[in-house]
Amino acid sequence: MEQALVDITLILDSTVRLAVPLILACLAGLYSERAGIVDIGLEGKLLAGAFAAAAMSAVTGSAWLGLLAGIGAALLFSGIHGLASINFKGNQTISGVALNFLAAGLTTFLGQSWFHRGGYTPQLSGDQRFNPITLPFANELREVPILGQIYWELISGHNIITYVAFIAVPVTAWVLFRTRFGLRLRAVGENPKAIDTAGISVTLLRYQALIITAVLVGIGGAYLSIAQSAGFNNNMSAGRGYIALAALIFAKWRPGPALLVCLMFGFLDAFQFRIQGQSFPLIGEVPVQAIQALPYILTVILLAGFIGRAVAPKASGIPYTKER
Amino acid sequence: MTSLNPENAQRPEGAAAAPLAIELIGINKHFGPVHANRDIHLAVRRGTVHGIVGENGAGKSTLMSILYGFYTADSGEIRVNGAPQTITDSRHALALGIGMVHQHFMLVDNFTVLENVVLGAEDSALLRPTLNKARDQLKALARDYGLEVDPDAIIENLSVGQQQRVEILKALYRGAETLILDEPTGVLTPAEADHLFRILGKLREEGKTIILITHKLREIMAITDEVSVMRQGAMVQTLKTAETSPEQLAELMVGRRVLLRVEKGPANPGDVLLDVENLIVTDDFKVPRVKNISFQVRAGEIVGIAGVAGNGQSELLESIAGMRDQLGGTIRVNGRPLSLAGDDGAARARLAGLAHVPEDRLRMGLVTNFAAWENAILGYQDKYGDGPGLDIAKARDIAGEYMKKFDVRPANLDLKTSNFSGGNQQKIVLAREMERDPDVLIVGQPTRGVDIGAIEFIHNQIIKMRDAGKAILLVSVELDEIRSLADRILVMFDGHIVGEADPASADETELGLLMTGSHPDRAVTEPGTLPAHETPAQQTMVQMSPKDNSGRETN
Repeated sequence: MEQALVDITLILDSTVRLAVPLILACLAGLYSERAGIVDIGLEGKLLAGAFAAAAMSAVTGSAWLGLLAGIGAALLFSGIHGLASINFKGNQTISGVALNFLAAGLTTFLGQSWFHRGGYTPQLSGDQRFNPITLPFANELREVPILGQIYWELISGHNIITYVAFIAVPVTAWVLFRTRFGLRLRAVGENPKAIDTAGISVTLLRYQALIITAVLVGIGGAYLSIAQSAGFNNNMSAGRGYIALAALIFAKWRPGPALLVCLMFGFLDAFQFRIQGQSFPLIGEVPVQAIQALPYILTVILLAGFIGRAVAPKASGIPYTKER
Repeated sequence: MTSLNPENAQRPEGAAAAPLAIELIGINKHFGPVHANRDIHLAVRRGTVHGIVGENGAGKSTLMSILYGFYTADSGEIRVNGAPQTITDSRHALALGIGMVHQHFMLVDNFTVLENVVLGAEDSALLRPTLNKARDQLKALARDYGLEVDPDAIIENLSVGQQQRVEILKALYRGAETLILDEPTGVLTPAEADHLFRILGKLREEGKTIILITHKLREIMAITDEVSVMRQGAMVQTLKTAETSPEQLAELMVGRRVLLRVEKGPANPGDVLLDVENLIVTDDFKVPRVKNISFQVRAGEIVGIAGVAGNGQSELLESIAGMRDQLGGTIRVNGRPLSLAGDDGAARARLAGLAHVPEDRLRMGLVTNFAAWENAILGYQDKYGDGPGLDIAKARDIAGEYMKKFDVRPANLDLKTSNFSGGNQQKIVLAREMERDPDVLIVGQPTRGVDIGAIEFIHNQIIKMRDAGKAILLVSVELDEIRSLADRILVMFDGHIVGEADPASADETELGLLMTGSHPDRAVTEPGTLPAHETPAQQTMVQMSPKDNSGRETN
């Protein structure tokens, strides 16, 4: 019984850790897609952010500077995406895919030529990373059964980015549904002409959305390399940008459900780690590859069968042209 | 328009002496090689309804978009209340008190009415105070002008008429003194249009200036004080409405004499070619829309089905054309019963000698992304080439013939269909269906959103088909059109045929009463005339179903 509780707490704790980059990337995608820009390039931005954060942190020794660099890299990528899809009215999917390729190639290339470690950045330690924060009274309450344990294990002891990610969810909901900016953001993704005839710049609004997207996904990238891990390695985003997009669709572009879906994906991932190498009755030991594939298989099943009708923002993916 | 409110006929005295609200001087605008506005002069007096008429592509919408700041003129001057202004964007126009109700509503479909009204006119970074203020103001506006809309309703659940009211509310909320309405009645049912004109009348009484863009001369005559006619980008003339006539306006618009009446000889009905017996059809929600209808159409006659939109005409047409399964009844073409159930019903109907011009050319008649020649063979593509290949040369030849014969302009086979005007798109559909020499032609809304010049042409083609001995079933919500084309009129109400009339002798009031189900002698036999699942308040919603926005033009 006691052991089961510890097991569950550990899995949930791991769920939270694994969900953080998804939550950040998913919210990032939410801003841009709500504004009418499909951002398949989230994956690339995440990767670029992770690399820039690790590289900067390794060179300067400051995690905070690393975080800024991560955001900066994502902003740069978002800028390219915006230029291609807003100003030049190019195809957003193609532009996004191009960014993904660019990020994959560039991070490996720069990593190799700067650090000569086969694409890895140097191992980070101490202030070069975001370390776990112990919340007030966590140590004191640690011995309290169940609740104290949950507080110590699950709620306390995460790094600052984790808390930022969870706070970003209600903040996003508030911005989206309670503020002028949110109203306009939602409108520009549904019917940019309504925004244009109201005398508001569609271009400006979409760039604003892309900036927020970049900040969030940049933080997400930094989390991967300088909070969750201690350095950058090749392709460390490992499809999380795509999973975040899937989660966004699953959540029907709403922040609350987005959190739940990301946690669910995080849980699948954690569960997968947990059952690796364990023996099951009847089937025996399942090959590790099959278990690793589990979250992805479930993703496909869920997306195909269980989300019902997900209606994307109507103007999503369509460049806005004023002239007829 | 069955009846326009008589109030609207009363025009304020001394309107002619009122100061100018808007003055446009020498406006020019090019779109690439197209000179959309040539040296336009226009003066609109305060507190009047000023009509602007012209065919599609005459430059009316462009001119108004310039006034509203959506486009910038290449040259020319705009004066608002006497002061020269450079209107750079819509926000600027709004600040000057100019509001626009666009032909295609600029609404966010999944927002509430309230959110749409405040969008772009929010007072502060937080929404709540603005929303509360707007809610109060909407109440006041609803009271003052009869603009009732539920502020918390979601736009996509509203009828087209209600959506238009939201557009008007948007402009008034921003303090518009001059209101531009672009083809406001194109998407409305007659009842909704009447309501709109009552609202416009009230706005004029309150001293607002209204610019009404339309190509419906009847509306111009009914509500405007002055009217300006545009043709091919130029301003032809401005007239006092009281001193002009529809005939004169039509001639100015088209540049030649236009017959507003259709000239046709008497019909020579022959054998029964289309025989509909006890037909029952349901809509997508399994609600019966056609309730046990029987009628016949003979060779050489046009049978018109009149009725307010949403009384089962669409389902009737779709069922006969093979697009919608029947619940019961028989349809015979040339004496042979047609089994139209299944997905290839429409193809089998064609084989049986039936051609169909659908009500909504954009949704059902054309693939707007296709080139003109592709659309000209659509549905008959199997006739071009054997095996899987398509005989493109032959298809293009025939399409070229169609375009020549039906005077489709521009006569460019490769132009994307969406780039043609409504009238020319309709001609492509008509040519495709008529030139296959069917025995039975069923036509829905043949001239919806079509220019006055093209209307004349289309009407003449339909008469020609009749005189060639075809059986023609015509469905239109334009009572005038039915009356001038049909040899017999059947009136549909709530899925029943509630009366038959002779177009020559039918009285408009009588028809109107039949169409609204309120004719004293012809009460529908069922108790209550509403479908069982609807409350009376919902009925208007059904009639003005937002799905029925087929009149919306693409250009």
